[in-house]
Amino acid sequence: MTDNITGAEIVLKSLIEQGVEVVFGYPGGAVLPIYDSLFKQNSIRHILVRQEAGAIHAAEGYARSSGKIGVVLVTSGPGATNVVTGLTDSMMDSIPIVCITGQVPQHLIGSDAFQECDTTGITRPCTKHNYLVKDVNKLSSVFHEAFSIAANGRPGPVLIDIPKDVQFAKGNYQSSKEVKIDSHRLFEPKIKANDQNIEEATKLIANAKKPIFYIGGGCINSGPKASKLVTKFVEETKAPATMTLMGLGVIGANNKYSLGMLGMHGMYEANMAMHECDVMINIGARFDDRVTGRLDAFAPNSKKIHIDIDPSNINKTIKIDVPIIGDIETVMNQIFSSWKNNNYKSQKEDLIKWWDAIEEWKKVDCLNYNQGEVSIKPQHAIKRLYELTKDKKTFITTEVGQHQMWAAQYYKFEEPNRWLTSGGLGTMGYGFPAAIGAQIANPDSLVVDIAGDASILMNIQEMSTAVQHRLPVKIFILNNEYMGMVRQWQELLHGGRYSESYTDSLPDFVKLAESFKAKGLRAKNVKELDDVILQMISSKETVIADIWVDKEENCFPMIQSGSAHNEMLLNKYQKQDETSAEKGKVLV
Amino acid sequence: MNKSVYDSPKQVEDINRHILTILVDNEPGVLARVVGMFSGRGYNIDSLNVAEVNNKNLSRITIVTHGTKEVIYQIQSQLMRIVPVHSVSNLDKEDSSVEAEVALVNMFINEKNKKDAFQICDLYRARKIENENNTVIFEIAGTSQRIDTFIKDISKITDIEVVRSGPVAISSIQKNEEEE
Repeated sequence: MTDNITGAEIVLKSLIEQGVEVVFGYPGGAVLPIYDSLFKQNSIRHILVRQEAGAIHAAEGYARSSGKIGVVLVTSGPGATNVVTGLTDSMMDSIPIVCITGQVPQHLIGSDAFQECDTTGITRPCTKHNYLVKDVNKLSSVFHEAFSIAANGRPGPVLIDIPKDVQFAKGNYQSSKEVKIDSHRLFEPKIKANDQNIEEATKLIANAKKPIFYIGGGCINSGPKASKLVTKFVEETKAPATMTLMGLGVIGANNKYSLGMLGMHGMYEANMAMHECDVMINIGARFDDRVTGRLDAFAPNSKKIHIDIDPSNINKTIKIDVPIIGDIETVMNQIFSSWKNNNYKSQKEDLIKWWDAIEEWKKVDCLNYNQGEVSIKPQHAIKRLYELTKDKKTFITTEVGQHQMWAAQYYKFEEPNRWLTSGGLGTMGYGFPAAIGAQIANPDSLVVDIAGDASILMNIQEMSTAVQHRLPVKIFILNNEYMGMVRQWQELLHGGRYSESYTDSLPDFVKLAESFKAKGLRAKNVKELDDVILQMISSKETVIADIWVDKEENCFPMIQSGSAHNEMLLNKYQKQDETSAEKGKVLV
Repeated sequence: MNKSVYDSPKQVEDINRHILTILVDNEPGVLARVVGMFSGRGYNIDSLNVAEVNNKNLSRITIVTHGTKEVIYQIQSQLMRIVPVHSVSNLDKEDSSVEAEVALVNMFINEKNKKDAFQICDLYRARKIENENNTVIFEIAGTSQRIDTFIKDISKITDIEVVRSGPVAISSIQKNEEEE
């Protein structure tokens, strides 16, 4: 125990003990003492953003690309409210974040003081847990507990609100070894699963005629070993595997058992296989509505195994036959030993038939597009970006919308933690700051934010951050002058009335880049595309590449809201049948 | 069965009343976390009761809610995600728990209805509470159902004003060791 240091010093000391290297933040009145302590030390690097939303998305990108905990430091009031979106985003996508907010001094709390807000009240539903620390002597134990909660079990954001007087007050520091955390406060995460359920699961898998693996972001959260084990087990069973948006990269896209992504804009063969399967093995996914489509027609003839660390995900929307609660890495080891002990083999004959059916679906070639001579198809832009960057260690982040789905479809991920996207919350403006965070965690790698022209404007101010910290982040804008996904829905469901989905007065992105002393590039037609991509990736600077793509292109295949997996639209000439279209209209 | 925006398979399960008893760390904001989970996820609270237990560091929240088996399971597992929650028990099983509620009933009594009213209070073993203003206030304890019928019967005779506590319950099978 160290006596009599200030609260602000305790904050820094706790962060250092927790192994924090980088803090993303923005100063303000209520955190000045902490910024003062930050100034007096050299072990933690502070990345100054230009708006607090940028700080928390950068921390998310940092966390997701490195497997570490992202740390955010912002002031009270508007500083705190500006991180609410990012907190919700990391809650939905299970990203470990510790967010420190300043608060007005305790005697002013409740008086509507300048820059006061009820931070813990506002962030209660969008954090795993939050604290208002009133006693400086409890500050260090709160920090150690917060880091454990953020990373433990299903990861998520934790917020610590510290009144300014507590930052000034002197108190004792306790090291993490001196702090005992009650096990119930860590959700008592079950790491090892119930053996009986494992036995039931392996038996089902061994006897399956049409099995399919449905793999989600939980595998990535469990660590790189989990992804390797999952891949190994898929190869052992020789069954097809499909991944969610969050799970891309768990199994390499070029692995012959991978069917690619499933869901609303997933692969035709993946969705058809999900619909027809007899045994579904869900590993770390949560039956999101973008994945299931209409629930009463979701994999109607299947037995479902669900592996998840969070018990509340079991039976939340889909009834599960064999629930397995535990950490995926441990559970996969258990499954392997059960598989071997029982000497199980997959049903060879049945699997041959199953793969034949899948090969038939693959012939539909659902991702085909027609790249003409002149204008650039957005799909083609992503495909070329992939071809020209696949040999480098590349991290891809995205914003939200059509470009995000095209990136998920056409960029092939071979490894986990390389693909950072806002899946659950769907936050436009996520990708660029996330790329900044990923670049800081991986300074020598190529980090590309695949963006849309509308999304990028939501956090464009972070250009200044990227340039200040000499981060060679690349922004690859698929510019169609529309909020493309909004326009696509208006086209499909609202009679083509493009209400407010066209963006007039877009900036000249090349000049915009130059105004920040970054590099601006532009490709107006297909002949210029490769050259722009090559220039972009060879540059050591922050780059905006403004790619003018076909304005009318829509994202297919698509399961429209209210439809089932086997009712996909493959191109714009197909229509959803009218009754489900009417029903689907009210859905999100 | 679920909260999804999509149609779900036809509901076959019955909706039943359940009493959840939740043991929590006695710290600021814990009630807001529990109640916020219910409102945020669209579950209903029929009644709510909070009090410290013998160990001053813990509180017990008793919530009466209703739903299908799946909904109740989902509520329980969502509650377990809240950091200061120690345990959640569902005291719904027949004959495995005892529940009680208290009601205070202010009666507007006159010479005409006095006899009948007091007779009913006697029948239900409601206890008269003396007070400085000499108003007629009765206290009745028991299952919610018993209080319901009492209120129904007494309302036929006189106008009343009722305040109810909402039920608390305790398991009648095993002893809860956590509180000792």
